Amino acid sequence: MHRPTSSRRRATLLALTWACLMAATVGWAPHAAVRVGAAAPAAPHRIISLVPAVTEMLFAIGAGPDVVAVSSFDTFPPEVATRPKVGALLDPDVERVLSLTPDLVAIYGSQSDLRRQLQRAAIPIYDYRHAGLPDIMATIRDLGRVVGRRAAADAVAAGIERQLADTRRRTTGRAPVRALLVFGREPGALRNVFASGGTGFLNDMLTVAGGVNVFADLTQEAVQATTELLLTRAPDAIVELRDGAPYSAADVQRAAADWARLASLPAVKTQRVHVVSGEGLLVPGPRVAVAVERLARALHPEAFGR
Amino acid sequence: MTRDVRRRMWTVLPLFAAGAVAALIIAPTVGSTSISLSRAFDTSVPRADNVDAQIFFVARLPRVLAAAVVGATLATSGVVLQALLRNPLATPFTLGVSAGAALGAMLAITAGLDVGTFGVSTVPVASFAGSLVATALVYWLARSQRRGLSTNVLLLAGVTLNSFFSALILFVQYLADFTQSFRTVRWLMGDLDVGSYAPIVAAFPFVLVAFAVFAVLPRTLNLLTLGSDVAASRGVNVATAEKLAFFSASLATGAAVSLAGPIGFIGIVVPHLVRLLVGADHRIVLPASACFGAGFLIACDVVSRTALAPLELPVGIVTALIGGPFFLWQLVRRS
Repeated sequence: MHRPTSSRRRATLLALTWACLMAATVGWAPHAAVRVGAAAPAAPHRIISLVPAVTEMLFAIGAGPDVVAVSSFDTFPPEVATRPKVGALLDPDVERVLSLTPDLVAIYGSQSDLRRQLQRAAIPIYDYRHAGLPDIMATIRDLGRVVGRRAAADAVAAGIERQLADTRRRTTGRAPVRALLVFGREPGALRNVFASGGTGFLNDMLTVAGGVNVFADLTQEAVQATTELLLTRAPDAIVELRDGAPYSAADVQRAAADWARLASLPAVKTQRVHVVSGEGLLVPGPRVAVAVERLARALHPEAFGR
Repeated sequence: MTRDVRRRMWTVLPLFAAGAVAALIIAPTVGSTSISLSRAFDTSVPRADNVDAQIFFVARLPRVLAAAVVGATLATSGVVLQALLRNPLATPFTLGVSAGAALGAMLAITAGLDVGTFGVSTVPVASFAGSLVATALVYWLARSQRRGLSTNVLLLAGVTLNSFFSALILFVQYLADFTQSFRTVRWLMGDLDVGSYAPIVAAFPFVLVAFAVFAVLPRTLNLLTLGSDVAASRGVNVATAEKLAFFSASLATGAAVSLAGPIGFIGIVVPHLVRLLVGADHRIVLPASACFGAGFLIACDVVSRTALAPLELPVGIVTALIGGPFFLWQLVRRS
């Protein structure tokens, strides 16, 4: 179904989503990032980011030149290719991190061992916590304060908010579409279908795009949907988000055709199975507004003058 | 004795068969949602408009059939391997077949070999291939020059291969990213939501071949449990019999694991439970285990589908949670 070239990158970006979903299951309160440990200098110039979404945010607010290393999952923006990779959520390379003498390290909230080690070395930490869609903008603003680029961060966050508001304006007033938002399944079959539950940034994205999650009542970020559950919830539209290289028309058709087996689904009957593919669709970073708009175009094509 | 066995076969086996058939009939009517059976079987409604029929025929029936096939297969493979290895602790997973299957599945998931055809994805195909590789490896290791298989070497080679494959599985999981790791872990918990009949149809020929071999094995197994020398003195071609038993049980296990993942406990609990109920004669134990295994896994799957509805409790957790205490209770009660 996917071409091998795209699958690695797709998997990598999906990984980030999973990290976030895992974080959510631990029960973190939905609030913006918190800074702990030693105080960062007014404008840190040797920043290491172990969180791809934070890396994207740093580059977006103009702090890219100050980023000296990134996580092994980082692929965007293209400049990160020139930065050394220092591990990721499960395997941070503490030695390399320390040897690069950073003055700020962005880590996941769950990396408690790494946090302790960095605190012992008196290295300032930016503690990333993942939650809903508004928290992306909150994190960008917070990050701006921490790295001394408040104005740029506010502008970027406001820009995203404007784009989101624009999409919301186009979809408000139109009947919300009862939709299933799938972000992973076994290719070629409808096994191990993972979809967005009733909380988290994917659910928020769907809502802004003019959809109502068929799993809105389930208080999880990710739901493994059985065939029976899919048939019972009977979504009017199905959107498969595929992070990675864009699909060819044939790939899209093949992926959509897999759903034909569940012929009674209104989405299948009315041919509203959409495959939205592209880079960064599942990254809770600055590109999120683009993903939301693509979602909205799939759910409400008429709102975009088609 | 023969007349006694025949009489018991006629009285005991129909009961077990009736139990399995009852499970097969009742299970599809139970689920996380309530459906109208009369509407599900109403052919005047077009299939695309009949949600009840879709839930019954697309969501539930394939699951129940998969549970029946996998349950019967794992239970009978357990019986055959316990007799072959003359070890009551042997399970279908003892000889590394399931670890090989798991490694195959892990590699397919993490390598992103995302090609699917006719409702069957690469994962079951790779896992079946993995089970065949493991079977061949164990056989090659255990084949002694003198005659046939050495069951001791077979057991040790199997156990060692199991650990070795488990290490490789951990290695592959460590290199994988979170999505893939989660999928591999989920695969190891067992999953019967096959979503269509295609995976069952794909696994069935292998199961059928194995069952055909199982059908001629019981007398031989009875003698093998007494020791290979005794069996040989009673005219059993021990080498051939052991090979048949090993390959048929491995083939069946590989097919079952590739269909639904390594669902634990069935292969050890069901054979022992059946022996507690009907005695040790394989002419009765083998078919009774097939029926009991099918019924037991169907029942466990009903729990898995309904306990946390609308979400699903992985079936491997259910078999362990129900099977373990039930087995211990039987053991204490009978001893």
